[in-house]
Amino acid sequence: MTETHTARAAAAGEAGPDAALPAIELAGVAKEFHSGGEVVTAVRDMDLAIREGEFFSLLGPSGCGKTTTMRMIAGFEEPTRGLIRLHGRDVTGTPPNKRDVNMVFQSYALFPHMTVFENVAFGLRRRQVPRNEITRRVGEMLEIVDLSGRERRRPRELSGGQQQRVALARALVNRPRALLLDEPLGALDLKLRQAMQVELKRIQREVGITFVYVTHDQGEALTMSDRIAVMNDGVIEQLGLPREIYEHPATRFVAGFIGTSNLLTGTVTRLAGELAVIEVSEAEQILVPVRGLRVGPGSPLELTVRPEKIDLATRRPADGACALRGTVTEVVYLGTSTSFAVTTTTGAEMVVFRQNSALAGDLAGRGDEVWLSWQPQHSYPIG
Amino acid sequence: MEQPVRADHAGSLTLRPGRGATRARAARRPRIGKALAPYLLSLPAGLWLLVLFLVPLLVMLSLSLQTCNYGTGACVMTWHWGEFWQQVSLYHAQLLTSFYFAGAATIIDLVVSFPIAYWIAFHGGRRKNFFLLMLLVPFFVSFVIRTVVWEFILSDQGIILGGLKHAHLLPQSFHVLATGYAVVAGLAYNYLPFTALPLYVAIERIDRRVLDAAYDLYASRREAFTKVILPLTVPGLFAAFLLTFIPALGDYVNQQILGGTNDTMIGTVIQNAFLTYFDYAGGSALSAVLMAIALIGIFAYARLLGSRTIEEYL
Repeated sequence: MTETHTARAAAAGEAGPDAALPAIELAGVAKEFHSGGEVVTAVRDMDLAIREGEFFSLLGPSGCGKTTTMRMIAGFEEPTRGLIRLHGRDVTGTPPNKRDVNMVFQSYALFPHMTVFENVAFGLRRRQVPRNEITRRVGEMLEIVDLSGRERRRPRELSGGQQQRVALARALVNRPRALLLDEPLGALDLKLRQAMQVELKRIQREVGITFVYVTHDQGEALTMSDRIAVMNDGVIEQLGLPREIYEHPATRFVAGFIGTSNLLTGTVTRLAGELAVIEVSEAEQILVPVRGLRVGPGSPLELTVRPEKIDLATRRPADGACALRGTVTEVVYLGTSTSFAVTTTTGAEMVVFRQNSALAGDLAGRGDEVWLSWQPQHSYPIG
Repeated sequence: MEQPVRADHAGSLTLRPGRGATRARAARRPRIGKALAPYLLSLPAGLWLLVLFLVPLLVMLSLSLQTCNYGTGACVMTWHWGEFWQQVSLYHAQLLTSFYFAGAATIIDLVVSFPIAYWIAFHGGRRKNFFLLMLLVPFFVSFVIRTVVWEFILSDQGIILGGLKHAHLLPQSFHVLATGYAVVAGLAYNYLPFTALPLYVAIERIDRRVLDAAYDLYASRREAFTKVILPLTVPGLFAAFLLTFIPALGDYVNQQILGGTNDTMIGTVIQNAFLTYFDYAGGSALSAVLMAIALIGIFAYARLLGSRTIEEYL
């Protein structure tokens, strides 16, 4: 899958001479594990370039190869094939203690026998940084992560959120060329996780270091990332801006994995300019922009529509929009919005989200006959 | 943004009905039984400890303050506190030998079993339990027989020394048996599992990601060992030390089978006091001294690496 858009200017490095050089580059990287005579492919021929200073997420379900990819960048795993470059320098075969990247581990992996200060100072001490500089840099870093005054505490005496910030400080204090984060918020509860998402983003802007973030939580990835690579089965399915990934899922997998999506299939009846028309019945039709897609009358077409793009009404919508008729089978009140499950006349199950704004009354109830409509630009062909 | 509940989250929900069911069952049981249950359950063990451990201990302590008739073995309570010091000054050479041998054997065991425990914990894979069992296999044979086999192995014309002498690699006069080396070797062999098992438990408990973190933070293999693994195994090292050193200190089998006449350990002295000379008071006093030393070790353990530290590693 190739990149379709250019990311908006990242915080740092864009103007520097290194700007053209990716912070992290994977060229044809593959990783195979041997278990019991069987070869398991975790990552398949991956090409990836992560830019200097960007917040990059590797998003995918467990077992998709995202953690293996990260561990290969950190040096804990060696690729079976391919090269890994950090700022243009080939580091394939270099052990983790000789790589200029640091990692924040899933369960923080703090040293339990050391104080917060000693934990954060560990990397600097290994690099023989002078004592007074260690004190200064650790102090500064603890201030950034809002842990000043807790230097003497042990990891066990800290809350989950605090431990997580120690882990972050311990990695960042070394000023690595890139920071690798392996599901660092997984162990926190929802409220804290959301607060830490904002916090992480702030810290990343403040220090200007490239962040590579591994997560299975699409909300987290969409909130924080400059760019996202959605992985499945060892392959990057789509790479792009959060908005692109969400609104233009390139594959069936991405459409299903990110948010809720309505997947529709049909046969093209005719072409109207840039739009393919699927006529479901006399009054019902689906319009799909097909720029660059080779479809003609009679070809099958698969498309997705996000639930919040669909309008729900009792009257037939104006011409020029996509329109389907159906029966409401379920209404779920979600606070800020309401979710409707609708079975169309053709038997497709669709989900519709409507905001619970002041104007919207009870739109429809169970068993009501409704019209679903959306603008053609919100139909995304996939495949 | 919608975040649908993912399958792996749903999985944890299935645990709940089980827990609820247990609670419901507990509520049906009568209250008195519930209150008494812990006492009833600990009664057999409590009685056992009282009759077979606490009572003999008190008898021993009281014996050490009594004066006995060597001929008849009859003892009278005389509150003779000087007995302890008398015994220690009489047998201080044997006490020192015991400390020396037990200490040497413990150090050998710590050095030998650390790599074993480390390897099983980190590289044992699926066969961990098998390797641990292998470590314990010699224990299926009686302690005395194991030691006697060492006597064969170390004897002047045995399989090792005999062969080496035959090949003229060792002089004919060379011997190990009936020396302190043989005793230390026997002690080290017999107590190895007591060192290896606590070490294994301590090393096994180390989160592998903590090691990864050390490597990630520029630590060399050696630094990862000295700065992370070793400090994290300190409680295990101390437990292993106590579990090996204390029984080795009072051991009398190894010295009698493998040792000579001028390296008697305190265990032999105590054994002789009871079984040969019927000096119950003297034997009890020496036993009490050994026990006091063991207790000092345990208190030091609790103080230095007390429960708080141990908790931190869990």
